[in-house]
Amino acid sequence: MDVKKPSASAVLLGLIPFAGMCFSVSFWDRIDPMLFGMPFNLFWLICWIVLSSSCLWAAYKLETARDKRDARTR
Amino acid sequence: MSSAAVSLLTIVFIVVIGAAIGLLAGVHRKMDLEQWTVGGRGFGVVLVFLLMAGEVYTTFAFLGASGWAYSRGGPALYVLAYLTLAYVVSFFILPQIWEVGRKHGMQTVSDFFGVLYGNKYLAGLVCAIGIVCIIPYVQLQLTGVGIIVSIASFDGIGRTPAMAIAVLLLVAFVFASGVRAVAWVSIVKDALMVFAALAIGIGIPLIHFGGIRPMFAALAHARPAHMTMPGATANLGHAWFISTVLLTSLGFYMWPHAFAATFTARSADTLRRNAVIMPLYTLTLVFIFFAGFAAVLLVPGLANGDLAMLTVVRGSFPPWFLGLVGGAGALTAMVPASILILTAATLFAKNLYRPVFAPAMTDAQVGKLARLMVIVLGVISLYLAIYSSTTIVSLLLTGYAGVTQFFPGVVLGLYWKRVTTAAVFGGMTAGVIAVAFLMLSHRDPLFGLSAGFLALCLNFLVTVFGSLLTPALRRDSWTRPLATER
Repeated sequence: MDVKKPSASAVLLGLIPFAGMCFSVSFWDRIDPMLFGMPFNLFWLICWIVLSSSCLWAAYKLETARDKRDARTR
Repeated sequence: MSSAAVSLLTIVFIVVIGAAIGLLAGVHRKMDLEQWTVGGRGFGVVLVFLLMAGEVYTTFAFLGASGWAYSRGGPALYVLAYLTLAYVVSFFILPQIWEVGRKHGMQTVSDFFGVLYGNKYLAGLVCAIGIVCIIPYVQLQLTGVGIIVSIASFDGIGRTPAMAIAVLLLVAFVFASGVRAVAWVSIVKDALMVFAALAIGIGIPLIHFGGIRPMFAALAHARPAHMTMPGATANLGHAWFISTVLLTSLGFYMWPHAFAATFTARSADTLRRNAVIMPLYTLTLVFIFFAGFAAVLLVPGLANGDLAMLTVVRGSFPPWFLGLVGGAGALTAMVPASILILTAATLFAKNLYRPVFAPAMTDAQVGKLARLMVIVLGVISLYLAIYSSTTIVSLLLTGYAGVTQFFPGVVLGLYWKRVTTAAVFGGMTAGVIAVAFLMLSHRDPLFGLSAGFLALCLNFLVTVFGSLLTPALRRDSWTRPLATER
C-alpha cells in the first residue's frame, strides 16, 4: 500500500512524550516535592499532557509544510 | 419533594434530552450504510472531536479512574499517560489509515485487513476477535449505568430496570441515526461530564479539606505509600506501568469502534489536528483523580472501589447535583455502548455474514441486517449485564489485550512492504492465544510485565520473522479493491 510515511523529524517529536511519560517513570514517581499542592508524579504527568500536545503541534506544522512543498513540486 | 424524587427527575430529564437529540440527528438524511456507519465521511474537526471524546469518557474512565485511584492509588496514574500517548500514536497512523480507507471505501477494521492483505479469512478472524472483545465492553457500560442510576436515585430505580431502559433508548437512537447520533449525543454528555468532573474534583476537596493542597497534604501524611507505585497493590510497579502504557496506547485505536471513527473524518488533516487537541481533553480526567484520592480518606474500606466517587458525591452535594451527575453518568455509559454495538453489528453483517453466507447481498440488505443486529446485540449485552459475575474487569482487560493484537498487522501493513499475509495471520493467532492463556489462567502480570504486552511482543516477532521466511506478496494483491471480494 502506498501511503505517505510521516517524516523522521515528526516521528522524533512523537517519541519525546513517550520518554517523558512512560520510560522515565522511575525518575518522577515520587510524592516530593509537592508542587501546586499536588504530589510530584501527578504534577509531572499534567505538565507532560500539555507538552505532548505541543510536540504534536510542532509535528503538525512540519507535516503540513512538507505536504505543501510536495504539492508544489509535483 | 424528596431528595430521591429531585435526583430522579433530573436524571430522567437529562437522559430524555440526550436520547431525543440522538433520534433527531439523522432526520432529513438518507441513511444508507455509508451514512449510518461512517457519517458519509463528512465529519469536520468538531464532530470528529466529539465522537472520539465521546469514546474516551466511558464508564471505565468515570467510575474506573476514580475507583482505581481509591483502591489502588499510584498505578491509576497510568490512565493519564496512556490516553495522552494514544493520541500521539494516532497522529502517525490515523491519517494514513484514513487515506487507504477513502481509496477503498472502508468502514471497519476488518475491511482494512481484507484490502491490505487480500484475504477474507484474515478479515474474518479480525472481525471475530473484534466482536468477542466488544461484547464485554458493552456489558461493562451497562453495569455502569445500573450502578450510577441506582446510587444517584437513592435506589429509587433498581439496576435491572435502569439497564433495560438504557438499552431500549440507545438501540432506538442507533437504529435511527447511526454514528451521527453518537456524535450529537456526545455534545450533551461531554458538556455535562466536564462540568460534573470540575465541580466534583474541586468541590469535594474544598468541602471536606478546604482545598486540593490540604487534601493531598493530609493524604501524604496518612497514606504516603498509596500515592506512588505500586500503591495499594503488590505487583503493579514501574515495569508494569511501562508495559501497560505501551500496550494500551498502541492498542487504543485498534478498538474496532475507535478505528472506524477514523473513517468519519472529512480529511486526513482533520485527524492530525484532532490528535493535537485531544491530549488536552485528558486534563479533565485529573479532576476525577482528585475525587478518587479524596475518597481514600473520606470513605475508607469500601469493598467495591467503583462506588467510591459516587458515594462521596451523594454525601457532599444537593440532590439536583447528584441527579446531574447520575444523568451525565448514564449518558457516559450509553454513548460508548451505542458506538460499540453499532460497530459490532456492522462487523457482523458486513465482514462475517455477507462474505461467508450470502456473497450476493447488496449494501442496502447489509444495512438492514446490521440494524437488526443492533437489537440482537443490545439484548445479549443486557442479558450478560443482568446475570454478570464479578469478572467483568478482567474480561475487559483481556479485551484490550485482544484488540491490540491488530497493531502489528496495521502498522507493518502501512509501512513495511515486505510483510506477508501468512505472517500476520500467524502473529495475530499467536498473540490472541497467548492473551487468552495468560489472562484466563490469571498469570497477569507476568514477571512484573503486562501479559497483553508480552503477547504483543510475541505477535511482533512472529509477524516480522514469518514475513522474512515467506515469499513477498505480489504487488497487485496489495491494491486489490474491496469490490472484487463481494
